[in-house]
Amino acid sequence: MIPRLEKTMQDVSLKILRYNPEADAKPHYETYALQAEPTDRILDLLEQVKGYQDGSLTFRRSCAHGVCGSDAMRINGRNMLACKVLLKDLAATKITIEPLLGLKVMKDLVVDMEPFFESYRSVLPYLINDAVPADGKEYLQSPDQRERFDDTTKCILCAACTTACPSFWSDGRFVGPAAVVNAHRFIFDSRDQGAAQRLEILNEQMGVWRCRTAFNCTEACPRDIHVTQAIAEVKRAITTGRLD
Amino acid sequence: MPQNHEYEVLIVGAGGAGLMAGLYASRGAKTAVLSKLYPTRSHTGAAQGGIGAALGNLEEDHAEWHTFDTVKGSDYLGDQDAIEFMCQEAIKVVYELEHMGLPFSRLADGKIAQRRFGGHTNNVTKKAVQRSCYAADRTGHMILQTLYQQCIKNNVTFYDEYQVIDLLLENGAATGVVAMQLATGELHVFQARAVVFATGGHGRVWSLTSNAYAYTGDGVAITLRRGLPAEDMEFFQFHPTGIYKLGILITEGVRGEGGILLNKNGERFMEGYAPTVKDLASRDVISRAMHQQIRQGLGIDGRDYLHLDVRPETVNKYAALDGRVRSDGGPIQATAEELLAKLPDIVDFCRTYLGVDPVKEPMPVQPTAHYAMGGIPTNMFGEVVVDRDNTVMPGLYAAGECACVSVHGANRLGTNSLVDITVFGKHAGMRAAEFASGAAFQPLPADPAEFARAQFDRLLNSAGRERVTDISNDMKRVMMDEVGVFRTQSGMEAALKKIGELQERYLQVKIDDHGKVFNTDLLNAWELGNLLEIAKVTAAAALARQESRGGHAREDFPTRDDQQWLKHSLAWLEDGKVRLDYKPVVITNYQPKERVY
Repeated sequence: MIPRLEKTMQDVSLKILRYNPEADAKPHYETYALQAEPTDRILDLLEQVKGYQDGSLTFRRSCAHGVCGSDAMRINGRNMLACKVLLKDLAATKITIEPLLGLKVMKDLVVDMEPFFESYRSVLPYLINDAVPADGKEYLQSPDQRERFDDTTKCILCAACTTACPSFWSDGRFVGPAAVVNAHRFIFDSRDQGAAQRLEILNEQMGVWRCRTAFNCTEACPRDIHVTQAIAEVKRAITTGRLD
Repeated sequence: MPQNHEYEVLIVGAGGAGLMAGLYASRGAKTAVLSKLYPTRSHTGAAQGGIGAALGNLEEDHAEWHTFDTVKGSDYLGDQDAIEFMCQEAIKVVYELEHMGLPFSRLADGKIAQRRFGGHTNNVTKKAVQRSCYAADRTGHMILQTLYQQCIKNNVTFYDEYQVIDLLLENGAATGVVAMQLATGELHVFQARAVVFATGGHGRVWSLTSNAYAYTGDGVAITLRRGLPAEDMEFFQFHPTGIYKLGILITEGVRGEGGILLNKNGERFMEGYAPTVKDLASRDVISRAMHQQIRQGLGIDGRDYLHLDVRPETVNKYAALDGRVRSDGGPIQATAEELLAKLPDIVDFCRTYLGVDPVKEPMPVQPTAHYAMGGIPTNMFGEVVVDRDNTVMPGLYAAGECACVSVHGANRLGTNSLVDITVFGKHAGMRAAEFASGAAFQPLPADPAEFARAQFDRLLNSAGRERVTDISNDMKRVMMDEVGVFRTQSGMEAALKKIGELQERYLQVKIDDHGKVFNTDLLNAWELGNLLEIAKVTAAAALARQESRGGHAREDFPTRDDQQWLKHSLAWLEDGKVRLDYKPVVITNYQPKERVY
């Protein structure tokens, strides 16, 4: 295959929900016309607008290849990382870009991430085990034990799942799918001894039972984590008291 | 008036080095970590292939072998006392990370899994050794997450999305930093007894890079502006396998798992350049070989890229030809499923950005700007040193990619960046806390935020029409063309002239956003100023070094010259001009010899 060779520029219209708290009473849409390659990332388009049309357009970004989690936003109505979706993937040349739902907009596409990280911190997202092996070497863990929680180790805390969740939209106090994913990552780690504490937290009113299995989180996850399944496994652990 | 804060230890940057420093410093001192990103956005998270440590979980290995490989990889420019320390400490730090919860991939016996990596060898047989401890192909992600988790557990104080702008020095010692809070645009003064810079690299100087947007060399540029030197800036690593035209990293772990580089004739060209370890030679060696293949018209379709092939049939064919076997002695029989399990993110990147499935088709790759061997000079305890006599600047520390210990010398081995950030982040944090417990606060200058404010005012009040993007693109292009994998005197002179012109244009830069809240327009412009200064120092140091060593390859001086150039460069920026000096390399056990793989 010969990648990215032919010049196949397309006309694209980018409609972006803008909000400047220092000037605007409420958010409004601005539309930008530009030319782009089908293989351009949506992030490249945003950079093009910022670089050549309006430097005040504001969004977060860093790694630009889907591993740092900075640039989650709503693209044509769905939560995605702007750096992980190409123009051709959208099968459209009219594109609407809006900030994530359910978190306060600080400016343009930048939302206040603090409530999201607060929920994350509430589930004790760290290994709990003070008994270090006597020989100073690694805790032993079989490949199967390691595989048990592999999926949820992939989380990059981008908030695409939580801000796609109808239960989170209706009550922002719900810990949300990302926090459950990060609890799952430790609950099912054979080295961890804090499962009971975390399950107790997630069994509370704003815990895992707020999930109505809408599957939006799984669809939104840019890391292809089976979020809904992880939530179901946590629910089952609470119900049965078993961690298998 | 800026808000004032007071901490015993202040850490700038929250990647692997900053978080490790934060964890250790906060055990003994009142500590805060400030970062221009949320910590988990840091570029450590993009590291893929592994962290090197001679655990010997699969075969015989020794810290001494790791030490020698690193010395040789550095083309003998690394300081051998620091390298020996790092390779010994690597073993401890890997176990420590595992105890913190890092989910390493596992062997059947439950131990940490290890794989082959470029330049890491059994020193007796000279064959590649399995030393890289990995978590699939997302080892950096796991390190970053694990360290952030531990910081939460230990209640480390964070200032997220605070951009450091200036370093405050008083009475010849560090006394704090000035930072801008992105959310409000306000300047904050952080007074501290000890300051640790862990601000990362500067790959955004070049047009094709694996580096994040955030990698704009802030720490090095700030210290340069405050009159401190930068060390070995001419040495910047080009990683052989960036995704064609995008520069996104394809881990060396692909070759560690048996992947092969091929030219347009399907030839395994590395055989001709590194007969023993072939595709697992050091990165500088492979990037140069690729460049030469492309120049000879042997790129795919005659274009400027080559193929990295990790299809199971290719892996198995060359494993048999090389006589590589499994640890139980049986033949290597890689399957698509196994490769998918070991390299899931690589498969995902290729599918997303190229529409290529790497277990069915080869990947188009070309060298990509990847890693700064040079940076803020430190000793092996993370203390910043400011001259050829290694005089310590009291209260100032640096660790990770922004620092130059130097453990990587002229070329870093794969997996050693993760070793560097964890080992030296830890020790810089410990040292800083120790220093802070015995030191007094230095006074602050009368108007501590004056210089930071002046830098912003100049950008905001410019009446010019120049766009940040245009200047930035011109800089990246000339640096890629003239201060890239191969360099010549005339090319670098042209680059220096161009950068001078760009710095003039930069004075006429136009900022669209004049607000306070999240003014990324202003910050991007400020970051460009950093990159231009780093580009200038890099080109000047490279022009002066009339030899080829590691990542610095001169067409007009093609061989290493230990007589003249077995020394570290130190570069100062004085009134916009670069002044160079040199200091000796620390050599303990390994006398320089010819470097062949």
